[in-house]
Amino acid sequence: MTDAAPSPQTRFRRSFLAPTATFAVLLALGGILDRTANGYTQLIFLFMFVNMILALSLNLVNGFTGQFSLGHAGFMAVGAYVSGYLSVLTMGVGARLMFLPQPFEFLNFPIFAVAGGLAAAAAGYLVGLPSLRLRGDYLAIVTLGFGEIIRVVLLNTKAVGGARGMPGVPAPGELVVGDYVFSPFFMNYLWAAFWLTTTFFVLWRLVRSTHGRGFQSVREDEIAAEAMGVNTTKMKVQAFVISSFFAGLAGAVFASATKYLNPSTFQFTKSVDAIIMVVLGGMGSLTGSVIAAIIVTMLPEFVLRPLQEYTGVDLRMVIYSLLLIIFMISRPQGIFGKAEVTDLFKRLTKARGKDGRTSA
Amino acid sequence: MEDFIQHLINGVSLGSIYALIALGYTMVYGILQLINFAHSEVYMLGAFAAYYTAIGLGRALGADLEPGIVFFGIVLIVAMAACGVAGLTIERFAYRPLRQAPKLNTLITAIGVSLFLQYTGQVIFGADPKSFPTVLEDRSLVSSGGIDLRLFDVTILLTGVAFMSGLHYLIHRTKTGKAMRAVSTNRQVASLMGINTDKIISMTFLIGSSLAGVGSVLVGMKYPQIDPLMGLFFGLKAFVAAVLGGIGNLAGAVLGGIIMGLSEEMVVAYLSSTYRDALAFGLLIVILVFRPAGLLGKWQTEKV
Amino acid sequence: MAEPLLDARGVTMRFGGLKAVDDFNLVLGAGELVGLIGPNGAGKTTCFNMLTGVYKPTSGAITIAGQPTAGLKPHQISRLGMTRTFQNIRLFKEMTVLENVLIAAHQHTEYGMAAAVLKTPAFFSEEDALAAKATDLLRIFSLDAKAGWEAGSLPYGEQRKLEIIRALATEPKLILLDEPAAGMNHRETEGLMETIAKIRKDFSLTVLLIEHDMKLVMGICERILVLDHGVTIAMGTPEQIKRDPKVIAAYLGTDAHA
Repeated sequence: MTDAAPSPQTRFRRSFLAPTATFAVLLALGGILDRTANGYTQLIFLFMFVNMILALSLNLVNGFTGQFSLGHAGFMAVGAYVSGYLSVLTMGVGARLMFLPQPFEFLNFPIFAVAGGLAAAAAGYLVGLPSLRLRGDYLAIVTLGFGEIIRVVLLNTKAVGGARGMPGVPAPGELVVGDYVFSPFFMNYLWAAFWLTTTFFVLWRLVRSTHGRGFQSVREDEIAAEAMGVNTTKMKVQAFVISSFFAGLAGAVFASATKYLNPSTFQFTKSVDAIIMVVLGGMGSLTGSVIAAIIVTMLPEFVLRPLQEYTGVDLRMVIYSLLLIIFMISRPQGIFGKAEVTDLFKRLTKARGKDGRTSA
Repeated sequence: MEDFIQHLINGVSLGSIYALIALGYTMVYGILQLINFAHSEVYMLGAFAAYYTAIGLGRALGADLEPGIVFFGIVLIVAMAACGVAGLTIERFAYRPLRQAPKLNTLITAIGVSLFLQYTGQVIFGADPKSFPTVLEDRSLVSSGGIDLRLFDVTILLTGVAFMSGLHYLIHRTKTGKAMRAVSTNRQVASLMGINTDKIISMTFLIGSSLAGVGSVLVGMKYPQIDPLMGLFFGLKAFVAAVLGGIGNLAGAVLGGIIMGLSEEMVVAYLSSTYRDALAFGLLIVILVFRPAGLLGKWQTEKV
Repeated sequence: MAEPLLDARGVTMRFGGLKAVDDFNLVLGAGELVGLIGPNGAGKTTCFNMLTGVYKPTSGAITIAGQPTAGLKPHQISRLGMTRTFQNIRLFKEMTVLENVLIAAHQHTEYGMAAAVLKTPAFFSEEDALAAKATDLLRIFSLDAKAGWEAGSLPYGEQRKLEIIRALATEPKLILLDEPAAGMNHRETEGLMETIAKIRKDFSLTVLLIEHDMKLVMGICERILVLDHGVTIAMGTPEQIKRDPKVIAAYLGTDAHA
């Protein structure tokens, strides 16, 4: 605020810098993983990205808009199944249909992922409309119910394998540059990183705009927001739809990473995982969600699993849940509260005290 | 027609078990406005307490111990005690420190406790289902036409009615019950009137949890398989039953439980078993959208 | 005469058997400053809640600038040009002072979500303009220096002032102030009343003001309506009100220190 601000045009041009840099750094990490890590570690990283997207998307509803959704796994499932089904149809073993031919085949997956996201968003709209008359616990229960209903419908849909699940979800289409063919892992990673970057920056910018302030006013005080002319119902539905869209993207990335979908993956416990990440990182802190997703993904795999190999008993989830309880009691606001990591940097570099929010 | 009556019997029998568990949810919600997700795991612990007691007694007494009302009674008491202690412990160590914290935190803690018990259960009891020993021999009491009235159904119904009447008496006729109602109406005021709210909250958990203990033994008898994840869905449905009837309302929990049991039985009988779980939630959504306070609940408007 | 800005006829609110407000009638023309007074529990805030659509009146009709408000949601009524403050302060506590004001400008913001996400030049221009406008409003009560504070961390009196600024940012024609001076001392209250009178002129507003303390509104209101137990017992100029025996009995007489 101190210096004379550059012109809007300059700032518009500069606004591409942060996302591009983020994506580039993530890609570099992917390159390293592609060369050095084993398949298992690679998969964990993909799951981590899925969790990040999932947690970020849920934070919009639970953290910023103050609504309590407990059915996020359902929207993830819609995205996963739509994208997975389209992928099997066009790129699976013995696929009869073709979507985009080489050299554009690599664009199949992102298009399917968006289709999955849109389907999830549509589901979010259907769920959101009747649910949003309800508050707090009631909303939580109804969203939980809808999440389970989505799962039961999948369980009974023969076209996607029902209870047996849907095997053989192919990796994203190949990308060939010159005569170099990128590995299936790298293609998965590339799109996972792309969607993560997109999700993060879209949400980051959205919550720092008039729309985001609208969401937050609903969280803070619905009656006051209405009195100020904010259409709180519309805000809630929008938050639900946007959030579901990104949950659907997370599902799409998940589908092509695991190659196999089963309705049981998207149980209530998956929604709980998402909630845990949001609360752990801090409701209303996007960077907090990202960091919480890292912890939640990595802790059981890289810290607790060696412990399990050492003791011979699978105590991973026992310790995980115990930590969760202790954490909730000792630090209820999550790691970051509403602050962002960037705020901490600012405080460290002493960019003066009181200013809370910044835009990047 | 006979079919229908048979399903009616089964449904009411299942429904009274749901009702017993739903009561625990509704009592805790009434007093703390908390969805006690760990309640379903308390119920699971009850089943295992009953299981190990029955096995242990069977080993110790051998042939002297015959399935019957005494055996059933002993197992029932142990399960209730175990659940009561579990409920008290959870309240004391996980929920009480969060009394002033935002609701969401307590809710997540409840989910955390629920997960903790599920996974600890898997480590200690093993993840495979165990078959529940026979504590009471089931037999047909009345059999005519296509209708078969069995001892278990009658036992379940009678036990359910007995404990629910006991609870009704406790809540409406005793001093403790009066205090519980006072705390659930307004905790601050109750505390100002000299009621030890912490003690009353503990009492609520104790009573609600021991009812889950009763439910767990009845389920163990009727569907003789138990495992550490048995509470997950059963509990969720019992909770839905509580919401259906109007959460915080005891009669509502019983009504909700019976409706849940009946409709589940009917859907499985006349439609398809795969939609059983969806039914519970479908029912819930319809109720919440059209009558958010549940069948017997009061909807409170926000004061401006 | 032009259409009245606010026209409330026979507005009645029952809660169960209790009549909180009975047959409330009020017509406000553009530019008026009217006081709504009465002892605690007289139904003043209930009137506000009905006018702003938070409560649906049991019977009666309300129109704002000729538009009936029956069936409208509170935000739609707000967008007709009538907004309010709250007796029990309802700021967006965990958001900054500036953000509180910006939320009120939400309805006038033009850029869409895509512009926000892509950070288009239009987004920056409009945000800058909004922030500048909001800062101007904050200057009325010298709150501009605290624009970055969390609203909940402001001292009590400043929170009340921020509520007024926030209401102004919706660009209303009619503003309902619910005990804006509650909790302030006499000197602060006088200052506030002066500012309210000034705001009314600068923004050419119509003001309906709830005040518990009758003397305070005497100085600035042109007309005063007195409620007691939900019933309108008097309506007139401050001079008339002061002398009205019913008012004295119901209000001043029983509450001597007021």
